[in-house]
Amino acid sequence: MTRPIRFLLGDAEVSEAAAPPTLTLLRYLRERRGLVGTKEGCAEGDCGACTVAIAEPRDGRLAYKAVNACIHFLPAVDGKQVIPIESLGGDHPLQRAMVAHHGSQCGFCTPGFVMSLFALYHRPGRHDDKAIKDMLAGNLCRCTGYRPILDAARDALGEPRRDRFDEAETATLARLETMRGEPPLDYAAAGGRYVAPRSADQLATVLAAHPEARLVGGATDVGLWVTKEMRELPLLVSTAEVEDMAYVRLAGDRLEIGAAATYAGAVEALSALHVDWRLLLRRLGSEQIRAVGTIGGNIANGSPIGDTMPPLIALGASLMLRKGGTRRSLALEDFYLGYRKTALAPGEFVEAIHLTLPPAHRRFAVHKLAKRFDQDISSVLGAFAFDVESGRVVRARLAFGGMAAVPKRAIAAETALTGQPFERAAIEQAMEALGRDFQPLDDHRASAAYRLTAARNLLLKAWLELQGGDSIRIHGHG
Amino acid sequence: MAEPAPAPPHESAWLHVAGAAPYIDDLPERADCLHAAIAQASVAHGRLTKIDIAPALALPGVVAVMLAKDVPGINDCAPIVAGDPILAVDEIVYAGQAVAAVAATSLDAARRAASRIKIAIEPMPAIVTVDRALAVGSFLTPSQTMTKGDAADGLARAPRRLEGTLRLGGQDHFYLEGQVAMALPREGGDMLVLSSTQHPTEIQHLVAKALGRGFKDVVCEVRRMGGGFGGKETQAAQTACIAALLAWKTGRAVKLRLDRDVDMTLTGKRHDFRIDWQIGFDDAGRISAWSVDLAARGGCSVDLTDPVVDRAMFHADNAYYLEHARIAGHRCRTHTVSNTAFRGFGGPQGMCAIEYAIDEVARALGKDALDVRLANLYGHGSRDVTPYHQRIKDNILPELMRALETSSDYRNRRRAIAAWNAAHPWLKKGLALTPAKFGISFTNTFLNQAGALVHVYTDGTVQVSHGGTEMGQGLNTKIAQVVASAFALDFDRVKVTATVTDKVPNTSATAASAGTDLNGKAAADAADKIKRRLIAFGAEHFKVPPDRIRFTAQGIEVGTRRLTFAELVGQAYMARVQLWDSGFYATPEIHFDRERQRGNPFYYFAYGAACSEALIDVLTGESRILRADLLHDVGNSINPAIDLGQIEGGYIQGLGWLTAEELWWDPAGRLRTHAPSTYKIPTARDLPEDFRVAFWPEANHADTIHRSKAVGEPPLMLAISAWLAIKDAVAATAEHRLSPQLDAPATPERVLLAIEDLKRRAKLPAEARS
Repeated sequence: MTRPIRFLLGDAEVSEAAAPPTLTLLRYLRERRGLVGTKEGCAEGDCGACTVAIAEPRDGRLAYKAVNACIHFLPAVDGKQVIPIESLGGDHPLQRAMVAHHGSQCGFCTPGFVMSLFALYHRPGRHDDKAIKDMLAGNLCRCTGYRPILDAARDALGEPRRDRFDEAETATLARLETMRGEPPLDYAAAGGRYVAPRSADQLATVLAAHPEARLVGGATDVGLWVTKEMRELPLLVSTAEVEDMAYVRLAGDRLEIGAAATYAGAVEALSALHVDWRLLLRRLGSEQIRAVGTIGGNIANGSPIGDTMPPLIALGASLMLRKGGTRRSLALEDFYLGYRKTALAPGEFVEAIHLTLPPAHRRFAVHKLAKRFDQDISSVLGAFAFDVESGRVVRARLAFGGMAAVPKRAIAAETALTGQPFERAAIEQAMEALGRDFQPLDDHRASAAYRLTAARNLLLKAWLELQGGDSIRIHGHG
Repeated sequence: MAEPAPAPPHESAWLHVAGAAPYIDDLPERADCLHAAIAQASVAHGRLTKIDIAPALALPGVVAVMLAKDVPGINDCAPIVAGDPILAVDEIVYAGQAVAAVAATSLDAARRAASRIKIAIEPMPAIVTVDRALAVGSFLTPSQTMTKGDAADGLARAPRRLEGTLRLGGQDHFYLEGQVAMALPREGGDMLVLSSTQHPTEIQHLVAKALGRGFKDVVCEVRRMGGGFGGKETQAAQTACIAALLAWKTGRAVKLRLDRDVDMTLTGKRHDFRIDWQIGFDDAGRISAWSVDLAARGGCSVDLTDPVVDRAMFHADNAYYLEHARIAGHRCRTHTVSNTAFRGFGGPQGMCAIEYAIDEVARALGKDALDVRLANLYGHGSRDVTPYHQRIKDNILPELMRALETSSDYRNRRRAIAAWNAAHPWLKKGLALTPAKFGISFTNTFLNQAGALVHVYTDGTVQVSHGGTEMGQGLNTKIAQVVASAFALDFDRVKVTATVTDKVPNTSATAASAGTDLNGKAAADAADKIKRRLIAFGAEHFKVPPDRIRFTAQGIEVGTRRLTFAELVGQAYMARVQLWDSGFYATPEIHFDRERQRGNPFYYFAYGAACSEALIDVLTGESRILRADLLHDVGNSINPAIDLGQIEGGYIQGLGWLTAEELWWDPAGRLRTHAPSTYKIPTARDLPEDFRVAFWPEANHADTIHRSKAVGEPPLMLAISAWLAIKDAVAATAEHRLSPQLDAPATPERVLLAIEDLKRRAKLPAEARS
């Protein structure tokens, strides 16, 4: 049974039955609601001018996130509160602070900055400079150089904080709960359809019936297929509401990550395994991307420069694949068959990622290299797991992104290390061997020469850092 | 050093933060409004053999397709020298060139239709790079050479000589609001064009020519831009012309807003340069001769490449006295997008050339580069003639650099960094303190004129129109302040209107940092005329001598009476006194003979200096600026908050240009970094953690508006210190025994490969290392 999309737009209840399912939230706001305060800067989720806040119930409270409306399909807001700049009214503490600190020049990026900060405003606790910069990494300003915006953020994010959205929280929760009493969204309009199952079983059933469906999580890549490539996607099935696939849990000696878990949802559990996960995930996309993008989506999308795969491969992760009621387990490194080609059968989907907890003697590091620290696609990403016993490498798993058509282990380098003392001489042998593992490409992100030299150096860097002492990264671990 | 004082916020600040400041794409659309899209060529050079528009016309919603042959007037949107066809005629000269335009009832239909137009091109060999253009002698216009003394002889006689080749990348403007225009047909075929442009008059002219109409038939309006940076000086014209042509063809309103990827592949950027330099100096580091060839990639057409390279030549001395100088500028024609104005307009590239060479001199002599810089600065009263033979009369750099040396604690930090580097093999720090001297005025003298219109209404509020445009730089705020201060009114009693060509005609582009200098003077002129009339009226009406009438913050003092401004103008109106007037300004004292490359092209200079400290990762080439101290000269600031914003924003934009932003063309000449996913401008984290900005406390020596100085472009060049600090850190990987080659942008890749190059050279015999 299809039904309209129901959500709150600011304070107003909306029931939308006509918009095409792939209409972006940005275009909906601007073209169908006349709410033009939210801007299009790039239509690919990289500049943040389109940022709006979305609030949804979580553990009895409203949880706020900032999203890129330019690549957020409208049906994804079903059951949520959408808060565009107009809802703030013009006199919010953040807006006053932005004026007081001269935080706008041309003003085009300004609503997006305000809305990113608004999401942070509603996140409990004290927000230090690092948190503010993390929050703003997905918002580009070309005029100010950011200093006045950071000052405005520091000013407005002091404690205690309370605005009219906090005052209305109980009422808003009640209104959203009523909406969420509706059956799972199956939305059809303008020749397209969008299905958002709420359980893995429902998802399996839909995909079994419609193997042609395009599965999306946060749609942070698929959104561009629509905005940039103008592709027709007649049937979208979303994992975003699949509650029993959004988990991140310890099960015995295993960390299990549901394929619908967002980056933001998985960061704490992964960081508990190793601090490098925190640094990596902080640099993957932006807050807007991490709020909706999923690790399962990163894996299934199969890009050779996806950031989560090399460390997961180095740690020996496996995937739980499911088709209908049938499940199979597959090592992640065996999942990639070629450039953007995976082992998924029609109607099959990634249900979970399983990661055996590392043994005590495992030494691990991840290094991401890009032209820019924040929100940039990796030119090279190296993940290194060394199992060291009595000073010797008993097992090494080295996996790289950006070095081949798929995320790939460096078998020759691993071989060069295995059985050797965990010392510089062996590392240098392995660095040499990387030249046999990879023949990287020249492209706009990096030259082949840089990729290979940097990949070798990352291995050395990982080893150097594992010797203890100070961080040798320009941004440290902080 | 002065701390910035409180200042009124940007006139649109409250609208900006509320999302209530409309840009063109936000304006209500007329009921008949169509949306447009462009079909682009995908090869760099070739002959256009066939355009099949039938698949586009077959799509529902498509109303019109426009080709070059359909243009009723002149199919060219070039600013000076013809050569920028609005739509391609028969030859394709860059990948991304516009071939056809579609108007449809929806944006989706227009874009889909544009993608279905079949463009057949017979490829021809493409010249993509400056090196190739130089090799085959492909130039847009003749090269120019500026000479002072005899550089060849000076080099021959110099005790020491160095030479090198430096490459500087281009830069995309990445204004957050892409190019956009809406054309609205009016009665009798007249056209109103709303354009996001820095140059409404040029839009008016080019649209009129494209339509085959008089300038009187076209009006161009711009309320605000979402950023410009030079990218909307000439580059807004094509978008505006296409919208107007489609509006003419359909008789309906047409909006054309470029998608970001289209914008970045269609429109010009900062020129990338190849610079070949030779420098002669003595053991003390005193420069005697400088010879440099500045070769810019102009792209496929002239556009503004001539004046851009001129300005590069004018700044290839930067702050230094050169006894013998030969400065040559070459404008290379390539099959790439036509490069254009970008904040600094060639000046940054010229400055980079000599700053890089001085860094090399210092390394060759084992001296601190700051000492070499200080030893070569222009003097006061002597050693003060530039290579274009203008005498510098307002030089403050010796004092300014010494002040910054002290306030930045340069010498102590230099020692501390050396000690730190000795203890850290895998991370290295570097430090650089560089000056900037930037000539203010359009170097085409005739452009240095401006007009304004001031209306005093009978309630005592004031409206100002002027020829400048608001792109975020705060021009309208400053103009409102200028007019408010003329009448001693509160800021909020004055409103600056949208810039419209039917209010103030024949304007120059808002460019060359001169917006406030020119339009501020014009607005003050208009206000003065009204003020004089009010005084004359008051003197007669109240029977007091004119000098007993004073405009004060408390109101108008007329003898012993006090009136409000509204009361005075109300009475003046009843007495039939004209309460509105126009103003005009033309910058005095400037002239330049381009044939002889001599003259006084600049009314004055804006100065500044910056000290940047960089940290690099020896294994990856990543870098970060830890601290930056900026000391900049804005004269008497009209609005310190706005000026501070220009200084900080300029530095960060320069930092992006020199360290991160990379335009990457594939061998076939296609730009592959054409969206923020691949083209990376700075984020909030790239701001130096310790960022200290101060103003130089001295009024402009020249008679500018309120004795302020232009501030739009000059601070961008303070970022040269960041690039050279990174170079210093790279040199530290070889204990400063060798000097690295570090082209810009200093991306992680260039930094790492520079380090690897030092490693390789360190292994060579001593004589082969340089």
